Amino acid sequence: MLTLTCPHCGVQADETELSPGGEAHLKRHGPGSSEEEFEGYLFQRQNPKGPHYERWRHSYGCGRWFLAARDTATNRVFGTYPASLAAPSDGLRSLISTAGAGRGFEPGAPSPAPEAAQ
Amino acid sequence: MRRYSVFALAREGVRHHTGWDRAWASPLPKSRYDVVIVGAGGHGLATAYYLGRTHGIRNVAVIEKGWLGGGNTGRNTTIIRSNYLQDPSAAIYEKARSLYEDLSQELNYNVMFSPRGVMMLAQTLHEVRGYKRTAEANALQGVETEFIPPGRVKELCPIIHIDGPRYPVLGALWQPRGGTARHDAVAWGYARACADMGMDIIEQCEVKGVTSANGVVTGVETTKGTIACGKLALVVAGHSSVLAEMAGFRLPIESMPLQALVSEPIKPCMDVVVMANTVHGYMSQSDKGEMVIGGGTDGYNAYTQRGSFHHIEETVRALVETFPMISRLKMLRQWGGIVDMTGDRSPILSRTPLGNCFVNCGWGTGGFKAIPGSGWAMAELVATGQPGPLAAPFGLDRFREGRFIDESVAAGVAH
Ligand SMILES: Cc1cc2nc3c(=O)[nH]c(=O)nc-3n(C[C@H](O)[C@H](O)[C@H](O)COP(=O)(O)OP(=O)(O)OC[C@H]3O[C@@H](n4cnc5c(N)ncnc54)[C@H](O)[C@@H]3O)c2cc1C
Ligand SMILES: [Zn+2]
Repeated sequence: MLTLTCPHCGVQADETELSPGGEAHLKRHGPGSSEEEFEGYLFQRQNPKGPHYERWRHSYGCGRWFLAARDTATNRVFGTYPASLAAPSDGLRSLISTAGAGRGFEPGAPSPAPEAAQ
Repeated sequence: MRRYSVFALAREGVRHHTGWDRAWASPLPKSRYDVVIVGAGGHGLATAYYLGRTHGIRNVAVIEKGWLGGGNTGRNTTIIRSNYLQDPSAAIYEKARSLYEDLSQELNYNVMFSPRGVMMLAQTLHEVRGYKRTAEANALQGVETEFIPPGRVKELCPIIHIDGPRYPVLGALWQPRGGTARHDAVAWGYARACADMGMDIIEQCEVKGVTSANGVVTGVETTKGTIACGKLALVVAGHSSVLAEMAGFRLPIESMPLQALVSEPIKPCMDVVVMANTVHGYMSQSDKGEMVIGGGTDGYNAYTQRGSFHHIEETVRALVETFPMISRLKMLRQWGGIVDMTGDRSPILSRTPLGNCFVNCGWGTGGFKAIPGSGWAMAELVATGQPGPLAAPFGLDRFREGRFIDESVAAGVAH
């Protein structure tokens, strides 16, 4: 079973305690944006086979959102970090690149703190 | 190709089965094909077949990184139905279902299509209303379905417990000509027919890169060398995003594990397919007697082909409530596939930003039933460069235009 450490309350949570929230660090687009921007924000995903930066909510714990870096091919977890960070830390990024898992972080514009579950 | 027939069987019977031909060859790739199809699952092979059969394009290669049919096509629970709500879905899935009716004759290969009837249980008032609406829509679409009361459900499938404590059975959407087929045979039958038309099916050959110039694809880099192509079709289900990245565009797809399991074989006890979408489980009995069981996907992206154990637990828990007699059954095998989920849970048959590159993906948890219709429509798209009436609603542009084919919300379930 997948286990992630919640960076807010420190609990090592089994996946049954968590709700997945999809790709992290998406650039949000609001009123006035073009159709292409909405399409990208709402639907297009990197969906990599390898390191994936993603959102999780500690639903049956402290209830807060956090982010995780996980390899989608092996389920190896590189680390978790608060959802308020606009990008994974340098330490986490170098851990991923030394793991030889390919693919680095592709920075988008900073995303504002996530809201309630969608 | 020597035809399979009762006479061939008798002849080989007396010759100790020494004279059967190989069903398909394993050629080395040529340096160029008119069309290269990536992915030898059911959809890729059916696309190749109808390219040759209907459009006369036979200089075709189907490239597969593993073995033919080893992706989702060989991992699914083989339910075939076409009782969808939205017109575009009903059209393409019913085309597929009707092609299944005589696919064995068409391919001269027994795909064991068994139209034993598919029943989708209504276990909440919302589902009753939803399925009644679907039955009316199906009547207008020319798809034969019917909403049946609980008594008839019990008659058709006596092992169902219709007065369950949590979710009593309130009726069902019944499609009498839905059913199952042998999944491997569908892939093998198409492969044999393609090889017979002179097409190359190249197994154990992974596509590692897509080369393009001036907005058109020129070829693919593979583990067996570079292969040039006039047109490229990406038909790789769960790996669609990976191939799209090689080609330089992005898709509205997320890949997730979906699992299934089978029990030890038991005596025949159920001759219909039952889907219980509220509790997320479905079951049928294979010809070998195994109960074939499937459930829901994992909630997060993964390419692990395994899936989480608690999803199996949920599915089995739900099914034990609906079919109490299976509570003591031992499960023999469990496995997973990687399904390609789109934003509106409907498939994609589309042109791409590269002029001569086409995608067929997004069938997610429910594309086995669609294989013949999808291949038919995809062949037309690849051959002419334009989608025909079956494929047109399923273009990528719908995500930009907000023109969704929202079966997920309509059915309350993804397949
Ligand atoms: C557990 C489970 C149960 C299901 N139950 C049902 C059901 O009851 N009814 C139903 O209708 N549908 C069902 N489905 C869905 C159905 O299986 C799929 O929609 C369908 O099989 C997809 O076929 P395909 O040909 O598109 O993909 P696949 O059969 O997955 O074929 C894609 C092929 O592409 C190959 N490939 C990938 N990357 C590369 C590369 N780089 N180079 C070369 N080749 C590559 C793969 O190896 C694979 O063989 C189920 C799926 C699963 C996993
Ligand atoms: Zn927490």
